[in-house]
Amino acid sequence: MPLPTLAFAYLPLILVAATAITVMLGIAWRREHHVTVAVSVLGLTLALIAQITAWHVMPLTTPLLAFDGLAMLGGILVLASTLACAVLAHAYFETFQGAREEFYLLLLCAATGGLVLVASRHLASLFLGLELLSMPLYGMLAYAFHERRSLEAGIKYLILSAAASAFLLFGMALVYAQTGELELSALMATLTDGTGVWGLAGAGLMLVGLGFKLSVVPFHLWTPDVYEGGPGPAATFLATASKVAVFTLLLRLVLTTPAFQGEWLHTVLWVLALVSMLVGNLLALTQSNLKRLLGYSSIAHFGYMLLILVVADGLAAETGGVYLITYVLATLAAFGVVILVSSATDGEDAGSLHYYRGLFWRRPFLTAVMTVAMLSLAGIPATVGFIGKFYLVALGVEAQRWWLVGGIIAGSAIGLYYYLRVIVTLFLAEPGMQRRDASADWAVRAGGLVVLGAAVLVILLGLYPAPMIALAHAAGNVVVP
Amino acid sequence: MILVWLIVIPFAGGLLCWQAERLGDRATRLIALATMLCELLIALWLWTQLDFQLPALDGSDTQWAIEYRLPWITRFGIDIHLALDGLSLVLIALTGFLGVLAVLCSWNEIVRRIGFFHLNLLWILGGVVGVFLAIDLFLFFFFWELMLVPMYFLIALWGHSGSQGSTRIGAATKFFIYTQASGLLMLVAILGLVFAHHANTGEYSFSYAVLKETTLSPTLAFWLMLGFFVAFAVKLPVIPLHGWLPNAHAQAPTAGSVDLAGILLKTAAYGMMRFALPLFPEASQAFAPVAMGLGLLGIFYGAVLACGQQDIKRFVAYTSIAHMGFVLIGIYAGTTLALQGVVVLMVAHAFSAAGLFILSGQLYERLHTRQISEMGGLWGRLGSLPGLYLFFIAASLGMPTTANFVGEFMVLFGTFAMAPWVVALASVGLVLAAVYSLLLMQRVHYGPPKDDTPLKGLDIREFCMLLSIVVLILWVGIYPQPLLDTTSSAMGNIHRLFDTPSPLLPEAR
Repeated sequence: MPLPTLAFAYLPLILVAATAITVMLGIAWRREHHVTVAVSVLGLTLALIAQITAWHVMPLTTPLLAFDGLAMLGGILVLASTLACAVLAHAYFETFQGAREEFYLLLLCAATGGLVLVASRHLASLFLGLELLSMPLYGMLAYAFHERRSLEAGIKYLILSAAASAFLLFGMALVYAQTGELELSALMATLTDGTGVWGLAGAGLMLVGLGFKLSVVPFHLWTPDVYEGGPGPAATFLATASKVAVFTLLLRLVLTTPAFQGEWLHTVLWVLALVSMLVGNLLALTQSNLKRLLGYSSIAHFGYMLLILVVADGLAAETGGVYLITYVLATLAAFGVVILVSSATDGEDAGSLHYYRGLFWRRPFLTAVMTVAMLSLAGIPATVGFIGKFYLVALGVEAQRWWLVGGIIAGSAIGLYYYLRVIVTLFLAEPGMQRRDASADWAVRAGGLVVLGAAVLVILLGLYPAPMIALAHAAGNVVVP
Repeated sequence: MILVWLIVIPFAGGLLCWQAERLGDRATRLIALATMLCELLIALWLWTQLDFQLPALDGSDTQWAIEYRLPWITRFGIDIHLALDGLSLVLIALTGFLGVLAVLCSWNEIVRRIGFFHLNLLWILGGVVGVFLAIDLFLFFFFWELMLVPMYFLIALWGHSGSQGSTRIGAATKFFIYTQASGLLMLVAILGLVFAHHANTGEYSFSYAVLKETTLSPTLAFWLMLGFFVAFAVKLPVIPLHGWLPNAHAQAPTAGSVDLAGILLKTAAYGMMRFALPLFPEASQAFAPVAMGLGLLGIFYGAVLACGQQDIKRFVAYTSIAHMGFVLIGIYAGTTLALQGVVVLMVAHAFSAAGLFILSGQLYERLHTRQISEMGGLWGRLGSLPGLYLFFIAASLGMPTTANFVGEFMVLFGTFAMAPWVVALASVGLVLAAVYSLLLMQRVHYGPPKDDTPLKGLDIREFCMLLSIVVLILWVGIYPQPLLDTTSSAMGNIHRLFDTPSPLLPEAR
């Protein structure tokens, strides 16, 4: 393989890692919040551009990493969400008392992990990527450590994530003992030929580990607490980049391994999907905290996405790409509004729904962003979420998975109730009580622009989805094991 | 291109209204009024310009008077495909007219946040016009769901809280969940149809004309038809899927009720005639007895429950259920006469229900209650309002010379040949209609007055609004021929579906 081509494929990874090192050295030299943000944003932007130009050199495989369409799309999504998080964090930590700069260091490290994970095709790179993604998140979630809830979120995620990693490692060990393979495709192929009890147990344990990261029911218990307690930008990264990376990995695994079809793993995924859709939506019904609500909603959304893994045929890869894009855009917009209304100095984030009561009458455009995000998550036409839901239903109908289609319909109907509750709260009469508000000039600041951009994209791609479909289609066509 | 304008004008007008709020209330209302008048005038102009008696007897593509097509999502063969025939034109003109009324009747009622109110009002109407024009199934579904969002806001933000602890937000949410969930069933059915077509030909298409030719196994056709039927049945509404309607009507502001009863319910009947029947003719024929039975059930259920209502808007809501029962029977009878009757009845019901809701709103503005028990003896205290009320009640119960009479008569006459027993039973429903209507009139306007102080009579705006409806009801009641001419070719097309002996179910006739 010619070195320049390979360098092209590795360039985003190298750029993000180099930015992380630059930021680290910069902090050691002098603490400057603005400069740190500028360097991070610049590095991430360059990496994003590099990721987009790397599209031409795919598909490429190395022993550890596979640069195919899925890795490209996943990489773009991870980098774009990281970029949004970095910009949003700037406003959030502006008045924070304490070290602000390390947050970006952690963010960049986690993004590197995400990039490795989306491209990994080997158990070693999988574990490396996953841990590189998770470890900085402990620090990010507990970043506002003087806040009890933030600390709690960090420790909770640390302990449960470590347990999940242990499960994953143990599973890997068992699988390796059974098959003697570490490369994912070879491993999955050997597993199904004569699945022994150790291999079965190993695959099951690995599924537990990955299911934890995706917060699929029944491994979802950490999600609402961590979403609620973690500082806004950290929770946003967890909800978008981290989950996208893990899902992309699973998608590649399922698409390139025929062994997933018609086997016991299949049934497990099927049940997990249905349970996640219903439980996620039902538990969200009673929430009065926006961040917790988004946590439960993400459980439901990944339940829907498991349908893609169950079908793993025909439109599946394309659906995966489209749904990830729609989910990331809507989630960024929703979390972005929460972050703009909150600030690290004012104690815990403005998660409680009553802070948002009557927001429309003082911040009409910010409210429009939130409304659009909620409608998109609910899958209403003229938003990109509708296209995502359309794809999912189409996939389910094509594969004739009627139970899962029924689950999506039931889940969407239940989901409407809480999304509408959030929306109508925004428009109700203002109470006379104390309120939290975004700064007056939010719309012309960087964070505001990111949020507005996400909302505009939600609408534009909802009305004219052809570019997004073309991207997902191109990505889904090139998947290498 | 004019079809695109018909859709764009309300949406653009809505945005203008939102931003015009800073210019003052009056400017906002005037912009909204001008938008809807513009919509109405375009529709009327089209009516005079186009010829709807096209030689479409061979069922070829000349079905449409105007067509517009633009590729949208080529990956799935989805186009922005709009087309107009007599049926859609009548309903669009109706939408324009009721839109004008809706703006006018909220002139004094809505005083808070009128910019955003008119945004929602006009977007509902824009969505409805889109539903009436779209003949790409994806686009149809798009508009079908799109019009729910502003309606939700209208009920949730400007509605009235009910008497028995039912809140406006609860009613709006119920409305939204009912219609959205059933809409998803329709999406599944649409996709099922598209993939069946894909399996046959290897091409994706959401085009109405293409999908109509899809060959389906009887079982699959039945299930897909059911998906469409449930979505439309929720909106019509058909018993037992009507749970959202009384609350939504009672809690909505007057303009919302006028739109809901006048046009949104009609989208369901339109959907049945445009999509459910032509796409699945055999399955629909087989299903016709069940549908007619549900229609009969609706007539009696609506009538009996209307008698017991204490809230005048809930009363009108239940009478709507009864009237839509006739519409359902007429649609599934499938004779040209019955289908023509359905169109007339739809128009007539839109007029009479809009009139009754506007009058209810005016009573509420004066008495600050909708409870029938707190009214009584209003005749003589309110100027000409009770007289107009009597007229609309008479229209609603189907008195000859009103449009409702023409519609109901044609539906029953047209159905008789197909299902005499259904007609016999439905005629009893007409008697019940007289009972509940006169009961309401008696309780509200006659009897001993609660108070002797005279209330404010109708002002010019209110009077003109009602008078225009009265004129239209009488006109259609006395001379319905222009309406029938316009829709005859569209209805003839549907009728032929029923007329062709089905190879699968020869006994369905």
